[in-house]
Amino acid sequence: MARSFKILTAGDVKAGDRIPPLAVDVTATTVVLGALASRDWRPMHHDRDFAKNQGVRDIFLNTPNQAAWFERYLSDWAGPLGRLGRMRFKMRTSVCPGDTMVIEGVVKAVETDAVGCCWAEIDVGLTVTGEAATTCAVRIALPANERDNPWLRRGGEWKP
Amino acid sequence: MVTLREIPDEVRGWIGKTLVEDTSEFAIEQSYIFTSCASVENGNPLLWDAETAAAVTAGWIAPPTMLSVWLRPHHWAPGRTEERLPLEVHFRLKKLLDLPEAIIAANELSFGEPVRPGDTLRARQTLRSISEPKTNKLGTGRFWVIDVEYFNQRGEWVGTDSYDCFGYRRD
Repeated sequence: MARSFKILTAGDVKAGDRIPPLAVDVTATTVVLGALASRDWRPMHHDRDFAKNQGVRDIFLNTPNQAAWFERYLSDWAGPLGRLGRMRFKMRTSVCPGDTMVIEGVVKAVETDAVGCCWAEIDVGLTVTGEAATTCAVRIALPANERDNPWLRRGGEWKP
Repeated sequence: MVTLREIPDEVRGWIGKTLVEDTSEFAIEQSYIFTSCASVENGNPLLWDAETAAAVTAGWIAPPTMLSVWLRPHHWAPGRTEERLPLEVHFRLKKLLDLPEAIIAANELSFGEPVRPGDTLRARQTLRSISEPKTNKLGTGRFWVIDVEYFNQRGEWVGTDSYDCFGYRRD
């Protein structure tokens, strides 16, 4: 028997809803652990001297690890039945050790597609001292009700 | 003012074609999934609790955002004499278009069948487009879009990673 978990259904969500922010104090460990966890060996993500010689203020979070932070943020909100369909990132500035990054999201729309899958469209932003570092437009499937499970959708029933 | 080289015919012929196919160097492994979750303190029970994974996804899965992780080459491997690059088409374009600098301006991920421990993935890189010359605050160059499509060992689509790149010369 699976332990109980949070279920957020499409009916619980509406356009304009704000997802509680997540604030993280970024350290060198955050950046290096994130780079190695995503198998990104490039020196700008672990070698401070190299990064500074490239004109960057410090080592910085790589994009795959930022994606992992966004996924964590959204699954904290949606629970395990939420299934990511699509994410589009725009990177503006780097996130470095010593920064406090704040991830926030707002629901732009909730809709049901032609095959009955419920989707929330969410704008997620990562800011440092109020400045946008990365923006991400997300499309995430949510269960229509407590008996629905978007993870069971396959083939033509899944149109991310 | 920087004057850009014309797009070589060879490169024009690449548009819409799959240029690189690659296979993961190892089967998807759960320890890497835990390392990724730990790096962002992701406590989703789907990724940590076997019974939840069995109930929701019929077994363990990898976080969808790890898609590009599985095709990244090892930092070193015995007998390898040249560095392997994770987005090879991008580096070929930089060289052939003579654009020494480049950034990834945007990145889009879409997700299909879940990736599971034990899977082996295949990826194909396709050049979708190259722009006319553009000048912005970075310099003068061209945008290009590369799609990397991923499939599992059963041939099922597991996701696509699209990169909007800007290769340029500083003005």
